Amino acid sequence: MLQIRNLKTHFFTRGGVAAAVDDVSIRIPPRSIVGVVGESGCGKSVTALSVLQLVSRPGKIVSGSILLDGEELIGKPSKQMRRIRGNKISMIFQEPMTSLNPVYTVGRQVAETMILHRGASKAEAMDRTVEMFRAVGIPAPEKRLKSFPHQLSGGLRQRVMIAMAMACKPSLMIADEPTTALDVTIEAQILHLMKELERDMGTSIMMITHNMGVVAELCDYVYVMYAGKVMEHAGIFDLFDHTKHPYTQGLLNSIPKPSGVRGRLFNIEGMVPSLLRLPKGCRFSPRCEQAVRECFESEPGLYAVSPGHGVRCFLYRDCGDGGEAI
Amino acid sequence: MARYILRRFLISIPVLVGVALILFLLLNVVPGDPVTLMMGEHIKPALIEAFRARMHLDDPVLVRFGRYMLGALRGDFGVSYKLQREVSGLIWQAFPHTVKLTIYSAFVSWIIGIPAGIFSAVKHNTLIDRSLMGFSLMGVSLPIFWAGLLMQYVFASRLGWLPVTGYYSIKYYIMPSVVLGWSSAGTVARLTRSNLLEIMKNDFIRTARAKGLSEPSVVACHALKNAMLPVITVMALQVAGLLGGAVMTESVFGIPGIGRIAVDAITHRDMPLLQGTILFTTAIVIAGNLAADIMYAFLDPRIRVEQANS
Repeated sequence: MLQIRNLKTHFFTRGGVAAAVDDVSIRIPPRSIVGVVGESGCGKSVTALSVLQLVSRPGKIVSGSILLDGEELIGKPSKQMRRIRGNKISMIFQEPMTSLNPVYTVGRQVAETMILHRGASKAEAMDRTVEMFRAVGIPAPEKRLKSFPHQLSGGLRQRVMIAMAMACKPSLMIADEPTTALDVTIEAQILHLMKELERDMGTSIMMITHNMGVVAELCDYVYVMYAGKVMEHAGIFDLFDHTKHPYTQGLLNSIPKPSGVRGRLFNIEGMVPSLLRLPKGCRFSPRCEQAVRECFESEPGLYAVSPGHGVRCFLYRDCGDGGEAI
Repeated sequence: MARYILRRFLISIPVLVGVALILFLLLNVVPGDPVTLMMGEHIKPALIEAFRARMHLDDPVLVRFGRYMLGALRGDFGVSYKLQREVSGLIWQAFPHTVKLTIYSAFVSWIIGIPAGIFSAVKHNTLIDRSLMGFSLMGVSLPIFWAGLLMQYVFASRLGWLPVTGYYSIKYYIMPSVVLGWSSAGTVARLTRSNLLEIMKNDFIRTARAKGLSEPSVVACHALKNAMLPVITVMALQVAGLLGGAVMTESVFGIPGIGRIAVDAITHRDMPLLQGTILFTTAIVIAGNLAADIMYAFLDPRIRVEQANS
């Protein structure tokens, strides 16, 4: 359904060119939830914004292809692209507190999408908004229509955002860390809701997160990103059971385990490199405990360790090329 | 909402009384005897005494202040020393001229300032932005008397398109309104631009774009209402300031408005008239503040709801 192929999005800053997204390929099949995981600044959000062509200056999509149901999105005239945004692909953001316009009622903001894309009248759009509010579990939906964002809790605001994103029954919803700003119980509710919506409405979800717990809970397939590149991708069970890349292993080891021995938590030494000063060779090599000499000299390709499981690490070179997602 | 307005109104009363008191005390310590000022220096001391007694000038200052405020409540601000006419009558005679000038120049200020600010923000860091901001900076920086004289020279004296001074028809108000409007348009444009740029960085703007709205709709429907909130406050205060009399403009263009009679009052040490005009101006500015607060509450649901809850 959505195929991102060899996407490169660069930021042309005064300090140089930052390759925020560097040769990323991601495939999101219909009716699936695909996770994109990684630390802050690894290019997850820029990948998502590239899909909607909403990367703002000095960022620019340099090359690659983004196909939605076989239709190329890169280079599409802005008028046609606007018909896709909010309609076929919608997006929800990390901060429900600031993602809604404070001077308009939430009802109006959700209805706006349907008036825009479906040509609905105001009354029809409001009726449909009530339905959507009910579908995302907002109590007393008729009353809530007239609420302003600041009158709602964080969890309710994120539900409003989801209602807005689902209003036109898009084929893909991009969720950029939708639960990071919420507390744990609300997070669980929102994740549950998203899973339900995916099942009921058939909308695929691209779930951007740094939380492996969220991935385990929700996703069918996972891409692990580091410094603008996909390091490993695999089906959810494959990734957790047969973790290959040292970075993914590090991420999984960093999760505190309730049954584990008490003591200092595991951490990956070092810091994510600046995109303006990337190390030579593998981008993870300066922090990698298993790095060999070659890792510091040349960049590894994506190797296919098993069907649908690709790893960008010289340790798996013997498995052979062809680990690309597509 | 009604309670909010009432509360804001009640807060304004002590401010007005405070200003009146300070003003009264200040004018009281200014050297010069009003009777001498009014009747000339070569006058019999007995007559001066008689007049002082008639005008209650020998009473303690607070008693006089009390008497003045009681009079002011009834709309009686005393009699002008120089013109020997009721101060309130003089103010009401001058006020329509000031109101006209205010309306015209506020109109000029908004139709220049708001679009200039929006264009600058949308095209920020381009030549259009810099030119518009340069133009508005000029409006703020050029002294009104100088810009006024320059316009009079070009448009009245040289080209003969407009009359130099006077107040007989709308034609006479064109130059003063442009000069005055341009000076406040600069502030409006800069404020609109900076607020809009700030608002455009917000997450909800990204949400609006992700919805599929066009850029003009994003700016007009989602950014502008947020960005205009502080601008409207400033505009209301500007209007109040202008209603209080545009001293320079009225003097340069010979419009007998509030500013002009205030200047005359200062020149002739006409204390009751000066006191009356300043108090009137203060009341107008306070009313402008009040209007700005109320408008703000109407436009920003966060304030409206806060008030409803409290």
